[in-house]
Amino acid sequence: MNDLATYNFAYLDEQTKRMIRRAILKAIAIPGYQVPFASREMPMPYGWGTGGVQVTASILGPDDVLKVIDQGADDTTNAVSIRAFFQKVANVAVTTKTVEATIIQTRHRIPEEPLKEGQTLVYQVPIPEPLRFLEPRETETRKMHALEEYGLMHVKLYEDISRNGHIATTYAYPVKVEGRYVMDPSPTPKFDNPKMHMSEALQLFGAGREKRIYAVPPFTEVVSLDFEDHPFEIQTFEKPCALCGAENVYLDEVVLDDRGGRMFVCSDTDHCEDRRAHGHAGSMLASTQHQRKEPAE
Amino acid sequence: MGTQSQIYAGAFADPVFAAQSVFRTLMDSFARPGTIGRLSTQSSPPSPLGNASGAVALTLCDQDTAVWLSPALAKSAVSQWIAFHTGACVTEAKDEARFAFFEKGAAVPGFDQFALGTQEYPDRSTTLVVEVEALTGGQPLVARGPGIKTEIVVAPKGLPDVFLDFWTANRAIFPRGIDLVLTAEDSVLCLPRTTKLERE
Repeated sequence: MNDLATYNFAYLDEQTKRMIRRAILKAIAIPGYQVPFASREMPMPYGWGTGGVQVTASILGPDDVLKVIDQGADDTTNAVSIRAFFQKVANVAVTTKTVEATIIQTRHRIPEEPLKEGQTLVYQVPIPEPLRFLEPRETETRKMHALEEYGLMHVKLYEDISRNGHIATTYAYPVKVEGRYVMDPSPTPKFDNPKMHMSEALQLFGAGREKRIYAVPPFTEVVSLDFEDHPFEIQTFEKPCALCGAENVYLDEVVLDDRGGRMFVCSDTDHCEDRRAHGHAGSMLASTQHQRKEPAE
Repeated sequence: MGTQSQIYAGAFADPVFAAQSVFRTLMDSFARPGTIGRLSTQSSPPSPLGNASGAVALTLCDQDTAVWLSPALAKSAVSQWIAFHTGACVTEAKDEARFAFFEKGAAVPGFDQFALGTQEYPDRSTTLVVEVEALTGGQPLVARGPGIKTEIVVAPKGLPDVFLDFWTANRAIFPRGIDLVLTAEDSVLCLPRTTKLERE
């Protein structure tokens, strides 16, 4: 508890929290619009989720249960360090279970378990502007949003089709929110885009380096951009998860050896563990457990 | 002396956690328009500002937000109370205010007199905090829009008759427009500019 006294609750000072809270309320009122905010220096480098951390710090209370994921996993560096950060500066309860969490800070995935009312998903966003790689000038992209002029984005997707025969964008796939703003869903795989549509949970997006906050309220239309003859499709996987046998989930490729051996496992570690705890088993699970036991004996 | 003590008293007893709790209620209420959020913490501002409106001021206002007060509030000790506890400056120009406060029964001018934001920066608009008689029991209105699964009936009591016309005009200029926080006793009902309201 001595560490806590060194900082204000949740690290940020109250004036910063108020500024971010005002930005969050305006972001909710204008779904998909990027609200500028005075992003602060955080005790971690830009690119490590400073935007998400500032949003989480501003909404977090002592009764919250926090979950942090990095590419779906609870046990990777970014997730572990951000979780430890909030344990230290806010003494907040943490969990790895999606169903128990009230706030889930995420880097580039949406949990497989459907989110419920009362949960808030906080995204770490590197480049909030979906038009940035098409038009580098902020004054121009702002004008394009103001005039709802999104032709350039459709040209980009069309160029994908003319080069590759299909829309080759697989992550940070642009969406239109409530029929108005084109929004970058952060670099989540397009597999996750349909989960944003009419989600029961509130979704907040924080970009620390780019100083933008945006939001998708619950029960809001989120439509992935596409063409009539090239409709939006999500990735599919040939095999189920090698550990838990789950189908219709997003899988990570794990290289096993230098002779082409590989396995595909759930990217959402909590979902995978939960399924295994409930007796689901994939094709490679038994041998893995056997190997783990040997050294213990 | 009485006025003096009114100005210095009545803020949150535990500012950090009270502001967090009030903000979460506001955030959830803006995310789910039409639901009534009960504030767990209250303030006691000088009359005629209501307790819930006072809590909103303490949670969101500071030196970066100019505040507009209705004529009755401006004449009372409220302007000094807000200045002392939040550091916000009180402005007479409606279109410069980030927040505007109305006591119960105050006349609400047309929403277009406040800051509406611009097409480029629609977030630079005023948030109106209006105290009403009650959040239920008035003329039922059907609300639709983001945050509402299908539809929800809201029936705040004590809004002016022209409210629905004002709101429809506000909805029509989206993404510009004001956002509205209705307060009564210890509760809030939030209407972001995206919410469509119709008579039942």
